[in-house]
Amino acid sequence: MKFRVERDVLADAVAWTARSLPARPAVPVLAGLLLEADGGTLTLSSFDYEVSARVGIEAEVEDEGRILVSGRLLADICRSLPNRPVEVSTDGAKVAVVCGSARFTLPTLPVEDYPALPEMPTAAGSVAGDVFAAAVAQVAIAAGRDDTLPMLTGVRIEIEGDTVTLAATDRYRLAVRTFLWKPDQAGLSSIALVPAKTLNDTAKALTNGDSIQIALAGDKLGEGMIGFEGAGRRTTTRLLEGEFPKYRALFPDGAASVATVETAPFVDAVKRVSLVAERNTPVRLTFSDGRLVLEAGSGDEAQASEALDASLTGDEISIAFNPAFLLDGLSAIDSPVAQLSFTTSTKPAVMTGKPDMDAEATDEYRYLIMPVRLSG
Amino acid sequence: MRKTSAILHLDMDAFYASVEQAAKPSLKGKPVIVGGVGGRGVVATASYEARKFGVRSAMPTGEARRRCPNAAFLIPRFSAYREVSDQVMGLLSELSPLVEPLSLDEAFVDLEAGPYGEGLDTERATELAVELRAEIHARTGLTASVGLAPSKLIAKIASEAAKPDGLVVVPPGGERALLDPLPVRALWGVGPATAETLRKVGITTVAGIAAADPDELVRMFGQAHGRGLHAHALGLDDRPVVAERDAKSVSVEDTFEVDLVDRVRITAELDRLAARCVERLRGAGRSGRTVVVKMRRYDFSTLTRSETLRAPTDDLAVVRETVHRLVAQVDFTGGLRLLGVGVASLADFAQQDLFGTADEAPADEAGDQTGEAADAPTERPDSGDADAADPEAAAYGSVPVFHPGRFGNARWLPGQDVEHTEFGPGWVQGSGVGRVTVRFETPGSPPGRIRTFPEDTPDLKATPPLPLVPPGNTEATT
Repeated sequence: MKFRVERDVLADAVAWTARSLPARPAVPVLAGLLLEADGGTLTLSSFDYEVSARVGIEAEVEDEGRILVSGRLLADICRSLPNRPVEVSTDGAKVAVVCGSARFTLPTLPVEDYPALPEMPTAAGSVAGDVFAAAVAQVAIAAGRDDTLPMLTGVRIEIEGDTVTLAATDRYRLAVRTFLWKPDQAGLSSIALVPAKTLNDTAKALTNGDSIQIALAGDKLGEGMIGFEGAGRRTTTRLLEGEFPKYRALFPDGAASVATVETAPFVDAVKRVSLVAERNTPVRLTFSDGRLVLEAGSGDEAQASEALDASLTGDEISIAFNPAFLLDGLSAIDSPVAQLSFTTSTKPAVMTGKPDMDAEATDEYRYLIMPVRLSG
Repeated sequence: MRKTSAILHLDMDAFYASVEQAAKPSLKGKPVIVGGVGGRGVVATASYEARKFGVRSAMPTGEARRRCPNAAFLIPRFSAYREVSDQVMGLLSELSPLVEPLSLDEAFVDLEAGPYGEGLDTERATELAVELRAEIHARTGLTASVGLAPSKLIAKIASEAAKPDGLVVVPPGGERALLDPLPVRALWGVGPATAETLRKVGITTVAGIAAADPDELVRMFGQAHGRGLHAHALGLDDRPVVAERDAKSVSVEDTFEVDLVDRVRITAELDRLAARCVERLRGAGRSGRTVVVKMRRYDFSTLTRSETLRAPTDDLAVVRETVHRLVAQVDFTGGLRLLGVGVASLADFAQQDLFGTADEAPADEAGDQTGEAADAPTERPDSGDADAADPEAAAYGSVPVFHPGRFGNARWLPGQDVEHTEFGPGWVQGSGVGRVTVRFETPGSPPGRIRTFPEDTPDLKATPPLPLVPPGNTEATT
């Protein structure tokens, strides 16, 4: 095998593919990156039985072929190469990487032992890359990071016709985002639970394409998988098993009070006040007409308070939250103004965003946050 | 060190047994042993009459039965003890705000911190102690022993010396006279191992330790323990009385009559324990982040598993779910004799859980096994008679008593308060072979008669304990 390729193009492709390489591969060949030169295309692939990544780039292929090399090493090398065309060629069981006056010789791994990459599930529809990435980021923030409850480490993707709903919860907060997409066939209805971290990484990596193809498991092909494809990159991820909690009923029906606060000063105040909230002890919020008072710390410990402008319709309310969860929500609504709806101080509050104080809040993104109950 | 004997140590005499004797007039002057009544039970308290037979706290009940077969063996009724304890602690807090309870029946009081602190001398402190003992007897009918000394160490040793029903005052400078003749075990921190090491170098009394070279003690026991021993032997102790000691964890545990091997059964017991633990946690107005499961195997090897949650909780559903997760990987082969559930890393706030049940059972209603009752029917097919028969089960603290009524289908337990539709209130003297014997007497009544009923009589029902002294009649038992 022998091919020439632009350094930047190669480095990008290698870096992206190598991301999903396992740190401790179950079998040694999984530490490898598969290079396939065919016609005018070089295809790079990686696979760790959970996640597969594949990218095709243009290359000047002299001899076609298929080799497996250590992905980690190749990524390190490509990152540090000078900005000159790179020539890769095999020499027996070795592979030579030459760029300018730099020359590397790497051993190859037994390519015949490399597992076949999973087939991409049947394509189901497409959505703009930036919309998808933003939506995933807003939801993944609420996903659990604790493997003891695997189903909570995922983002649930629900597809119902042209509407996609993403949801994630770590049982203390729940984020739900809906957006429209272009399904390939009308009346599509499908559900998948995707590891949140992988989904977030994937969505970020695919933003430079105009649109992302999302492919969900068909009847046979790619069962238990979801695939994403955009800008010549394609990745598949194994779905999580387990039942995602029934979350829709968690949203309260009505609200006893609705508060509106400008997001940026609110975030700053929470950050300041929570300086005294060690180990995420709660921040207390008291909403009255025109005013929001934030307090943290109690008893003999350090205390802090701050007052902000806020508008309130309905009953006055005092409620406490974990400041980290509160800040996550305020950043995820990604809007100049935050709207918070409360029922009681022990029931979950709903956070939504709106463009200005007088606008109607949209239900596109909702962040449900469970309060902290103070004793005594 | 203080210049006055202003530290008071109060210790109720044979507390649980004395409460039982006061509540059950027929037992007055008779040996009474309170503890686990099953095969693996241990003695919690023995009355002075029973102690004459060599019965001691923490002794296996089986051994106590051999030593004192005629004693009344009763299950502990913690709610009754707590009621009396609250009265006693109330009296102590009238003396000073600085009261450090060590258990239900024992506490330190710093008299200098209280309303009598101004110009307090040993003489006045002694008067207060005399009044206190009289007042406790008048209010509860029970006796207490009191030690009064310039330090906690000496006050505690003095109250021990005062037992039963006495008062020992150690004036400043009088510490050595009290301490010197005592065996080394009388000092805090001297257990069997330290005592044995001391014996090997010929030290058997506190005077011996006081006379020893402190450096020698440090060589034997290390810096902290060696120095501490020497200081204590000289009567030097300046630890303050601390009003509130923050609990580090809340836990409950049960030992079982028969080793548990069945996973379903073990899970059911863990659910019970989790419910009790959460109830106590909420009762204390706390929450915790770390859930701990303790398991003791048939061979006494003990293993614990713990998981730290992301946020503190006092939610039964969360604790129970975590407990299930923790034991999922544990091999129960051979059986378990003890199970325990605890919550540590305590906090005073609880992150509510979207899928929990906490908001349906707020803390102030938790006193009545709300959580357990709410969840029991689906998961505990065996809930029923056993529960109805042991209303005090939830009150069982860390005392490793037996779970009354868990085995052998015992519906009635010795010592339990009951009421008969015709004969009125009384207590269960014994049960078996389908019958239950009840003695009909109440606190302050003359010794009552016994009657025997079929075990399943509909006329008999379990009741909460009666107060020892009827309200508004404080002189009744004096």
